[in-house]
Amino acid sequence: MTSFRIDGGTSINRDDVRQFSFNGEKLSGFGGDTVASALLANGKQLVGRSFKYHRPRGILTAGAAEPNALLTIGRDGRRDPNTRATMAELFDGLEARSQNCWPNVDFDIGAVNGVLGPILGAGFYYKTFMWPAAFWEKVYEPIIRKAAGLGRASYDPDPGYYEKCWAHCDLLVIGAGAAGLAAALTAGRAGARVIIADEGAQLGGGMRAERSMIDGKPADIFLGDVMGELISLPNVDIKSRTTIFANYDDGVFGGVERVQKHLPEAEINPNRAMERLWRIVAKHTILATGAEERPIVFGGNDRPGVMMAGAMRTYLNAYGVAPGKRVALFANNDQAYDTARDLEERGIEIAAIIDPRTCPDVGYHGSARHIAGAVVRDTAGRKGLKSITVRHDDGRDEVIAVDALAISGGYSPIVHLACHRGARPVWSDDHAGFMPPMDADGLTPVGAVSGVRGIVACFNAGANAACDALVGLGISARPALIGADVAGDHVNDPEAAGAQDTLPVWSVPSARGKAFVDFQNDVTASDINLAMREGYDHVELAKRYTTNGMATDQGKTSNVNAIGILAENKGVSPGDIGTTTFRPFYTPVSFGALVGASKGFEFQPVRKSPLHGWAARNGAKFVETGLWYRSSWFPKGGETFWRDSVDREVLNVRTNVGICDVSTLGKIEIFGADAAEFLNRVYCNAFLKLPVGKARYGLMLREDGFIYDDGTTSCLAENHYFMTTTTALAAGVLTHLEFCAQVLWPELDVRLASATDQWAQMAVAGPKARATLAKIIDDDLGNEAFPFLAAREVSLFGGKLRGRLFRISFSGELAYEIAVPAGYGSCVADAIMEAGKEFDIAPYGTEALGVMRIEKGHVTHAEINGTVTPADLGMGRMVSAKKDDFIGRVMNKREGLLDAARPLLVGIKPKSPSDRFATGSHILNVGADVRLENDQGYVTSTCHSPNLGHTIGLALIKGGPERYGEEVVIWNGLAGTHVTGVICNPAFVDPENEKLHA
Amino acid sequence: MSSLVKCPHCGLRPREEFTIRGEVPSPRPASDAPANAWFDHVYLRDNPRGEHREYWHHAGGCRRWLVLSRNTITHDISAVVDASTLKAGTKS
Ligand SMILES: [Zn+2]
Repeated sequence: MTSFRIDGGTSINRDDVRQFSFNGEKLSGFGGDTVASALLANGKQLVGRSFKYHRPRGILTAGAAEPNALLTIGRDGRRDPNTRATMAELFDGLEARSQNCWPNVDFDIGAVNGVLGPILGAGFYYKTFMWPAAFWEKVYEPIIRKAAGLGRASYDPDPGYYEKCWAHCDLLVIGAGAAGLAAALTAGRAGARVIIADEGAQLGGGMRAERSMIDGKPADIFLGDVMGELISLPNVDIKSRTTIFANYDDGVFGGVERVQKHLPEAEINPNRAMERLWRIVAKHTILATGAEERPIVFGGNDRPGVMMAGAMRTYLNAYGVAPGKRVALFANNDQAYDTARDLEERGIEIAAIIDPRTCPDVGYHGSARHIAGAVVRDTAGRKGLKSITVRHDDGRDEVIAVDALAISGGYSPIVHLACHRGARPVWSDDHAGFMPPMDADGLTPVGAVSGVRGIVACFNAGANAACDALVGLGISARPALIGADVAGDHVNDPEAAGAQDTLPVWSVPSARGKAFVDFQNDVTASDINLAMREGYDHVELAKRYTTNGMATDQGKTSNVNAIGILAENKGVSPGDIGTTTFRPFYTPVSFGALVGASKGFEFQPVRKSPLHGWAARNGAKFVETGLWYRSSWFPKGGETFWRDSVDREVLNVRTNVGICDVSTLGKIEIFGADAAEFLNRVYCNAFLKLPVGKARYGLMLREDGFIYDDGTTSCLAENHYFMTTTTALAAGVLTHLEFCAQVLWPELDVRLASATDQWAQMAVAGPKARATLAKIIDDDLGNEAFPFLAAREVSLFGGKLRGRLFRISFSGELAYEIAVPAGYGSCVADAIMEAGKEFDIAPYGTEALGVMRIEKGHVTHAEINGTVTPADLGMGRMVSAKKDDFIGRVMNKREGLLDAARPLLVGIKPKSPSDRFATGSHILNVGADVRLENDQGYVTSTCHSPNLGHTIGLALIKGGPERYGEEVVIWNGLAGTHVTGVICNPAFVDPENEKLHA
Repeated sequence: MSSLVKCPHCGLRPREEFTIRGEVPSPRPASDAPANAWFDHVYLRDNPRGEHREYWHHAGGCRRWLVLSRNTITHDISAVVDASTLKAGTKS
């Protein structure tokens, strides 16, 4: 393979030879190379196949806009598909592969799609696959999936570490070309906090492609000096390899820094992020993102060997890579002639310069043949460019043999970040491009993005913009780099900057063959014309109908040309067509960066009860509920089946005594002179007269009259209450109470504090609960001294510790809940276990708790599902008729909520004890068809009751308690089963509450 | 959506610290108010294009409820006040 590497290159280090592979072939390049420059240096112009037609494609650009050269780089978990070869830095051992080609890039079976071209035109997604619908799944989709598509993601986990950070600055400079560097240096010298970000590995932007001497130094030496000064300034933060991808509100920008993506595996520090997602808060922003050169739309413009003129110049000057042996230039503007000059200076033959303008005065005095008023209409060459066909102004065709063609259709300012917040770019005939909106607050576009050309002009613009911005921040600055001496700066006259020299050529009318607008999505000029003929001429419709600009490059090289073609065909200005909407992200951002550290074990926080360690020591099996890990059962003596443990735990509580961790319940301390009045308004039942030392079950409604949450609240002292909520709604209830206290009734004197994590709380339940606790609690626990619903502080272990004791019961047994400061939880639980040893105490988990509450007919959020009222649950009498006001009072009395036909809470059991049924089953009358209008209700909770020896459940059924004893059908549509059930009292165990009050 | 919110108690803080309840509805009616007043308060929202008043909760900060005046087109926040100040005759 011929080497195309020649002398020079401001970005490469020839002492640093790096080996890499491309589709398995061993190649070499230099430090500083991109994968694209290294491939070109090795004569690899054909790098991939196109998306739809599988046409051979080469490298078009030298930057972020690259539509063609998308490669898969790396392997296993570090494999990155769809990586732009123009942005990927070459490292030793890099493995790159082409995508979208089978069996290989040189011979691609999918290229047969080129023959099917006519059916793959604009709107083919909408037209071709309209019917029959069944074909989608069986025929179309598999074919499309196999034939089309980009690279494949790895199935292996990415071993890299990713992180997210915030940064703050006075001035954010986006882009480190001439304008950006002048701005950063100006602000840095003035002492402002500066962040300068550039997507490239090295600062300099377009200056690296220049051969001009700046202050007597070559560009790379000059840039090294500027870089050195910026590094020496402690107030300047230089972020290279950092793409600012979004402009969010309030001066917050999103950025992604590729920290270690350019390193070989062996050099990756596992303790350092691979990529870092930044959110940067800037008081002011200088947008120095430059301009994107536009392709020209002519026949065969996608053939490998056709390259943007600016990109060709970059490969030549920054990387020392010749584009070919015999090159032509097809350009409609003066700036592109720099490429011709530089090629000529390097001794590369220029076959012709084709310029559609009839009398361009470009100040070009080279020796190349100059063809004015002409266009390129076609190209030839199977896998690479062999010749171009030039259409002269007299209609004559001429074939010119070339192996590379530089094209330039003008410059599109990179306005994205100025438009992310909704502002629209403005068309300028002078610049033949869409300019950034100037009213973007806090953001100043400078340099090429605002149409300025030439190094000196950009230095001036950047420095002055920084001075102006800093004045607004109260910092005075002197412009840096002003008056730099730049030899050979072709456009350094500020008067000339912006002068119209670009003749828009939106498409070449005489184009032969496919003339591509969007290279990545294979959209041609005729597709856009077809969309117009079919009525999709609005820019947003044309985009979606043709898919122009919808690929991963977001139309960076294609959108403006598509707009131009629409405008040309309608006979209006591109400004009348307008652009599509600019949205984040500017370039693709890896999922790794977006996910950051939140993966695997760190996916979400883990909340552990203060009794977690105690439960683990006692053999608990844990279950995740929200963020919590709760002990669900405690296998003992060789139990392997969960229900063996649960049944034993339940029976042990009902017979002896058990201990259960209930620390995850929400706990809220409520203080204040109006605390009682406050509780009276947030609960539907009365709380005003709750005496000190007593707990009360409370139902909290939503303002729409349905139940929100339930729990107990205890009065621990005058103006001091302690509320418990369900585990699931602990945060929600606190937020709700804060809303009530701060927004609805700020006149009430009430203070709230979450104490969920401050207390370890244990339920001790069973006939021997009192005897057990009496051994560690100093206070009298007799029925007289501590009756059901008593709640107060008690002394433990002979005065060594104080805790809170509540005589409440979820299981229906004689039960207490004891709360101690979280740090004491584990040893108190051990002490209770020791005290209960003689009564055969055993820990029980949430499964046994669930069984016992169903046996007792107690509700949870399985029943309080957002559609039930207190009356639905048989608690209608709790809703106070006396209170003037409480949340939900008015709406709870709505007609529909009082409807006698509403489903009401009942128990349900199988007629035959051996039958089982599941939660979610629906209830039908015996003999009724399975139809919605026959639906009688549904089962909300089920369990196996070890006390009764069969399945039991709770259900919401029309008619409710009136139907106790009635036989119904329990229908499970998922399992396809019908079970005969009997409606019954939901209190399956101890309906008279004798055990509770024992 | 705004990225930074100036909490009157905590200063400029990132949006992620807040939770949004939505539009500030008509004031909570008296218990004996007509049904329509209650339906307005509980269910009806204006969802305007332009100036919008919303309840935001500084859940990851001072835990105060705030009222933001926010433009739904430009996302500009014109005012942030503690929600308790909405109701006349308050102590705090
Ligand atoms: Zn706050």
